[in-house]
Amino acid sequence: MASLAGVTTRSGLGRAWEVVWRARRLVERNVMVYRHQWIVILSGVAEPIFYLVGIGMGLGGLVRTVPLPDGHTISYTAYVAPALLATAAMNGAVFETIFNVFFKLNFRKTYDGILATPMGIGEIAVGEMLWALMRASLYAVTMLLLMAVLGLILSPWAVLTLPVTLLVAAAFSAAGLAGTAFLRTVQDFDIPMGLIVMPMFLFSGSFFPTTGFPPPIQIFLQATPLFHSISLIRGLTTGLLGLEQLWDFAYLVGFFALMMVIAMRRMERKLIK
Amino acid sequence: MSAATAPPAQASFSDSLRPATHLFHRNWLVYKRIWYRSLFFGFLQPFMFLAAMGLGVGALLAHSNPNAFGPVGYIGFLGPGLLGSTVMQTASFESTYPIMNKIMWGRNYEAILASPLSTRNVVIGELAWIGFRIASISTIFLGVLAIFGIARSPLALLAIPVAALTGLGFSSWLIAFAATQTNDIGFSWVYRLVINPLFLFSGTFFPLTQMPQPIQVIAWLTPLFHGVELMRGLILGSLDLGAAPWHLAYLLSFFTIGLILADRSLARRLAS
Repeated sequence: MASLAGVTTRSGLGRAWEVVWRARRLVERNVMVYRHQWIVILSGVAEPIFYLVGIGMGLGGLVRTVPLPDGHTISYTAYVAPALLATAAMNGAVFETIFNVFFKLNFRKTYDGILATPMGIGEIAVGEMLWALMRASLYAVTMLLLMAVLGLILSPWAVLTLPVTLLVAAAFSAAGLAGTAFLRTVQDFDIPMGLIVMPMFLFSGSFFPTTGFPPPIQIFLQATPLFHSISLIRGLTTGLLGLEQLWDFAYLVGFFALMMVIAMRRMERKLIK
Repeated sequence: MSAATAPPAQASFSDSLRPATHLFHRNWLVYKRIWYRSLFFGFLQPFMFLAAMGLGVGALLAHSNPNAFGPVGYIGFLGPGLLGSTVMQTASFESTYPIMNKIMWGRNYEAILASPLSTRNVVIGELAWIGFRIASISTIFLGVLAIFGIARSPLALLAIPVAALTGLGFSSWLIAFAATQTNDIGFSWVYRLVINPLFLFSGTFFPLTQMPQPIQVIAWLTPLFHGVELMRGLILGSLDLGAAPWHLAYLLSFFTIGLILADRSLARRLAS
């Protein structure tokens, strides 16, 4: 951590900024790597579109409306769309930070090379996160445009959706980074994906309200980060906002900070022997 | 490639079966170390999907549109559809990255072809292995469907061979494709533009009649649609005997063409 030790005299904020500034090199590296594979990133745009059209038209035509806890009723497509947006941000972030970072960490040894430069663990973590955020924002913007075209944006509050989606993506990239350092083999991917990401995707109020479950299960489901992401984004796109959404926001900021600390610690232990 | 030009390469498919068992055995030895985990997730995934979508969305449907799916309810419609899409996804995964790994990253085939095995033995061995994996996953899936009270008729057991045939259709075409690729970028395209749309639009999550006519026509042309129709008919006991032979004929020809393509494609790749 020579790079961090060298600047300890600066203020905390200035130091953090320097880390972010140096981290741009890692983003640059990823851009170079993907220069000939941009099609991979672009094709990811198609995915949320297929889901929205498929689930919206297919199931939406059958389910029609969803009653919300506060008595409002909204169309099923307007109910699912913000959840798909939150999920797209989560998936984009988690796939980038789990799969790609795992290979760089364990097989390609990319970071060992990077640590020989003035960049440290902080720069690597921040750089990978910024890159994941760039990918996630591409998907989020596409999804938002599609929602606007289909008339699924019901409130002017929706202008805040983009920054909130980025917060969601940042929180999940930090969580992905924190988790990756625990994985040892390719088969271990099943654990975060099958036991955490997929169940969250299904049970966090994405396709149906959690209020149908018995109260103890509800409390458990409502403690997941995806639940709060969906609740916040859905509040913004439908305009049905309350104090809950402030709490969602605070939760996500706290979750992001916690995961970032864990990610830095784990990466440090993994890379510096 | 002396092995590829040796007499076994010209042998018919039936003569290739015995040597192919060695490849099957090799895959088993690799899989043996993770089988319990693979079966656990094979159970967990459909269980959670059915609980969430079937019961959760089913409850919303019961509230707003109770007669949409008749007596079986939404979960009864969804269960067999999910079986079809799980089969497709497993077959696709097994026939892309692992095959590319054995062609060019791990170069296992290079070593295998130095033995008396031919590329045809390899294709048959791999397909037999994937067929076995799909059959085992489908068996677990049927168990889950039985837990939810969806699979009631003994005919449901026939859904296992249908699932294997559907999966092998995808598998053979994708092995043929994987053998033409020099990196894995092409796979992203296949997943995002073929597999995922099929997952959503083949009558898995909702009846095709919800879609505009042109999309319905395209869906009728796809293999997953025919596989799902057959499996749903067998599991729910509502098989349309007039249409079933056509579905079956489609799946059989899809697989046969894929098999020929895979055989040629892998032979061409590994001979160079």
